[in-house]
Amino acid sequence: MKKFLVIALTLLLSMTMLAGCGGGGSSDGDTIRIGVFEPASGDNGAGGKQETLGIQYANQQTPTVTIGDKEYKVELAIVDNESDNSKAVTAAQNLVSQNVSIVLGSYGSGVSIAAADVFADAGMPAIGVTCTNPQVTADCEQYFRICFLDPFQGTVLANYAWESGCKKAYCLSKLGDDYSVGLVNYFVEAFKKLGGEVVEEQFPDKNSDFTSYVANAKKAGCDVFFSPVSTEAAALIIDQAEAQALGMPILAGDTWDSNVITEAAKGKNVDITVTTFYQEGGNPEFDEGIKAWMDENSDAKTNNGGNTDLAAVTAMGYDAYYVALEAIKAAGSTEPADILAALPDLSVSGLVCGDVSFNETGDANKTEAFVKKCNTETGAWEFVKKQSAE
Amino acid sequence: MDIRLNKKTKSALSVAAIALFLILVYIGDMNIPAGSSWKMLITVIEKGSIYALVAASMNLLNGFTGLFSLGQAGFMLIGAYTYAIFTIPAESHDKVYQYFDGGVIKWSIVEILEAKMGIFGHYLGMFIPMLGAGLIVAVIAFLIGIPVLRLKSDYLAIATLGFAEILRAFFQWNTLGPVTNGSNVLRKYTTYDNAVFPVIIGGICIAIILLLINSTYGRAFRAIRDDEIAAEAMGINLFKHKQMSFIISSFFAGISGALLAMFQTTINATPFNTVMTYEILLIVVIGGIGSITGSIIGAFLFTAASEWWLRGLDAGRWLGIQADFMRPGFRKVVFAILIMLIVLFYSQGIMGTREFSWDGFFSWWKNLPANLKAWPSRHKAKAAAKREARAVKAAAKAKAREAKASNEARKASGEALFTPLPVSDTVMVFDKEGR
Amino acid sequence: MLHTWLPYILAGIAVGGQYALIAIGYTMVYGILRLINFAHGDVFMWSGLIMVYLITVLPLWVSVILVILFAIVLGTTIEKVAYRPLRSAPRMSIMISAIGVSYLLQNFALYITGGLTKTYPAIGWLQKTVTIGSATTKMVTLITPVLTIVLVFLLVMLIKHTKIGMAMRAVSRDFETSSLMGIDINRVITVTFVIGCGLAAIGSVLYFSNYTGINPMSGAMPGLKAFVAAVFGGIGSVPGAVVGAFVIGVCENLIKGAGWTTFSDAFTFVLLIVILMVKPTGLFGEKNIDKV
Repeated sequence: MKKFLVIALTLLLSMTMLAGCGGGGSSDGDTIRIGVFEPASGDNGAGGKQETLGIQYANQQTPTVTIGDKEYKVELAIVDNESDNSKAVTAAQNLVSQNVSIVLGSYGSGVSIAAADVFADAGMPAIGVTCTNPQVTADCEQYFRICFLDPFQGTVLANYAWESGCKKAYCLSKLGDDYSVGLVNYFVEAFKKLGGEVVEEQFPDKNSDFTSYVANAKKAGCDVFFSPVSTEAAALIIDQAEAQALGMPILAGDTWDSNVITEAAKGKNVDITVTTFYQEGGNPEFDEGIKAWMDENSDAKTNNGGNTDLAAVTAMGYDAYYVALEAIKAAGSTEPADILAALPDLSVSGLVCGDVSFNETGDANKTEAFVKKCNTETGAWEFVKKQSAE
Repeated sequence: MDIRLNKKTKSALSVAAIALFLILVYIGDMNIPAGSSWKMLITVIEKGSIYALVAASMNLLNGFTGLFSLGQAGFMLIGAYTYAIFTIPAESHDKVYQYFDGGVIKWSIVEILEAKMGIFGHYLGMFIPMLGAGLIVAVIAFLIGIPVLRLKSDYLAIATLGFAEILRAFFQWNTLGPVTNGSNVLRKYTTYDNAVFPVIIGGICIAIILLLINSTYGRAFRAIRDDEIAAEAMGINLFKHKQMSFIISSFFAGISGALLAMFQTTINATPFNTVMTYEILLIVVIGGIGSITGSIIGAFLFTAASEWWLRGLDAGRWLGIQADFMRPGFRKVVFAILIMLIVLFYSQGIMGTREFSWDGFFSWWKNLPANLKAWPSRHKAKAAAKREARAVKAAAKAKAREAKASNEARKASGEALFTPLPVSDTVMVFDKEGR
Repeated sequence: MLHTWLPYILAGIAVGGQYALIAIGYTMVYGILRLINFAHGDVFMWSGLIMVYLITVLPLWVSVILVILFAIVLGTTIEKVAYRPLRSAPRMSIMISAIGVSYLLQNFALYITGGLTKTYPAIGWLQKTVTIGSATTKMVTLITPVLTIVLVFLLVMLIKHTKIGMAMRAVSRDFETSSLMGIDINRVITVTFVIGCGLAAIGSVLYFSNYTGINPMSGAMPGLKAFVAAVFGGIGSVPGAVVGAFVIGVCENLIKGAGWTTFSDAFTFVLLIVILMVKPTGLFGEKNIDKV
């Protein structure tokens, strides 16, 4: 038994070694590879999967790209960065070594910041889809992004809260999570400037008991509960808010725009408002198309959380794919360096979440965010208004 | 057919092999283009050497001193932060510590020394905080060790694990933000520019660990592992030696943390959790508890398998096999099953407690053909012995069954199975022997 | 004063009761095998996960029974496959095996769930909202401590007054001697795992009814805290584990209430280290002397 196992293990490992070395495709003659750097597990697994869905759908819609006169087949190389900054580096390296031409992702800012140096070293252009932390693109020539930034989003949220008559805000973020800590920071800054008062707290990793946080918000007498955390924690917060009769509106950022939230909030006495990139119904053709695709494709439906409700990140993923195609076309080459050179001057219109062009740091010029509210009876998002930072 | 080489030849061989490896890594990192799948090999060598160092340091504690400590990730965390904090260039402080007004430490050792001494200062500026990382970790290990090392095996494990968790919360504490940047990543600090750097540093540190193990202290450590009470009776100061092993192990864990910070280019406290410690422990187990060579091999295998070879299992295409059940997460399941198989059926790991030696290597190489030829016959003999053992066992079982049946029959027929002893007035009580 | 702190105390008692049900599994297994069963928290997590899948096809009470059976089968299988072969091996090997099993269970859950958090099914009356004085909470918060105490009482009776209970006490006192006295060690160990895992499964129903998200790492933290509770109460002592669990649950919530949210988890470990320094045998533990 032992001997047999040893032999089996050795064989397996040597086989994988061969596969590891020999395999790993390269963009040969007429395929071009686009890397997808998204979490499929960990805290941001749910969001990452939804974002990947948008990219996959777009790839299924437009599986080829024409450069010059030659038609290339577009192939996606997907790696899981596990929502973990230390795994992100090797995951990114893995993409680079698969000879991709451009990288899309990620959902969650921390992993993107961690991977930025790998992309920079390899001269690999990367397009952030929904990583909103300013640090992603700040010092990285190679990183671009198509979404708005946290300073903007934080201000928008603070303005919205202030305009709805809230004077004291309870802000909850997750320890060690760049996204929520950053967004809370910008929110606090803007809210204080408006004259508001804030109570800030953080919860540790793997925490699932939000009873005390809800109780703390009530005890402090706050008017609004701001917690732009991952969807995993969000569902638990909503549940506790209902159980303890929180009695104040909950406010959050783009991560909460997900069917995980609407499902958790359905039939509960909670008031949830979020800012986001896209409102379902903004582009009916896209909505219908992707829903039909998800209905046909059971894997896609599972990855979307079991139903076909659209998340904004899916629409953003879809857009990101087309931005990448446009960049490849503009570069007229499959070489990362050429694509990188073409990106700064790129301007893409006809996307579902609005036109994209980049400023000098590589961020998209976006001035408006959608404000949505959860209808807890139907379990769907309802459009409230478009809000700008001013 | 053992081969004995003289010391000089062996040293020459070692130097040559190491130099060759370093040159290959150096050239490889310089020349392999980014898009090549061989680039992954370089990444694996970088991360593998860092993990090899921390696994060796854990082995020193767990395998050689017999102290089951699970605090390695916590010590790496301190090391990584110490290095990063002191090497962030002055101009980047405002960006990195964006929520804390640029932090309190506004300078970088690397920059200061580079300005004074040029390129030499640059590297000196990297070595000093790295050494500092190790020393700070050693001091903290000294403090933690005072209470913790008095505990017995599994209590020690859980207490060190607890300390690692406390440290993690501490480093994410917003109040310390101006130094640690709170929950946000530290980045932009000086990193190495060639994969050969972690290999050299890791190699030197492991060499020091090996020297220590082969010294009188190493023998004392092993004596403690094998039997604490006997070791104490022989005049070994238990606490002092445990503490020493703990501090030294932590020192190297700190240095590997600094190297990991350089490898990752950004650092954040969250990933330094219990899972990381478990992974390091599993590397030690795969390699063999009590073998530094094993830890090194284990580290490279573990990194390569988890980061490179098995990745296809997640993507649905691996070794040309395509299957629907290969979706994200499958890689880790396969990996965990492999580890369980090793733990259960091959608990010695790859190397057991053996170490690499040139003598052993050449003997193995020379005897390989003979061993391979002899293998079938040896296997046959073993199988035969096993069959025989099974037969004996089966016979014994049958006999026992028979006896039981006959006893039952006798009992059923009312026959007494044994005669009770006569009851005497005095009962002799024996003192229970110790275990 | 009480008015402000009542919500925290209630939450603490509830979560303490849930930790207690997990902690019993740790303390009993440790008492007999001298093994920290690192996989216990993951058995707990898996019971929750199985419930999510079962409830979609089966009625509630059948699912609950099946979940308990599942946890028992899983726990005893782990013992048979991963711990029994290593019983004569050094203690470190068996602990590594436990860590390996934990790693496997977590990763398998990751694969099955695809890394997504599953929402625990609502068990109608358990999640009903009730108001007590200044605090509004879920029904399960009130049920948990009562149910925990009843179960612990039954367990203590079992240990004190039945034959198997006596066998358990004997084995935990002296493994080898009791095997020489004709106690079937394997049976005792199996029963220990059956009880431990069954209670963990009940605990999972209560815990996840209160905190309704399950992901592969959901078992890790409650598992560690329950272990600390077992150490705090004196490992091997069932009432000790229960008291320890309630203390940890309440303190943790009071600390959060006092604004030290960053250190709510760290506190548990501080408590562990303090108790190990001051009274290594825990509140109710017996002194154990190693003989040469």
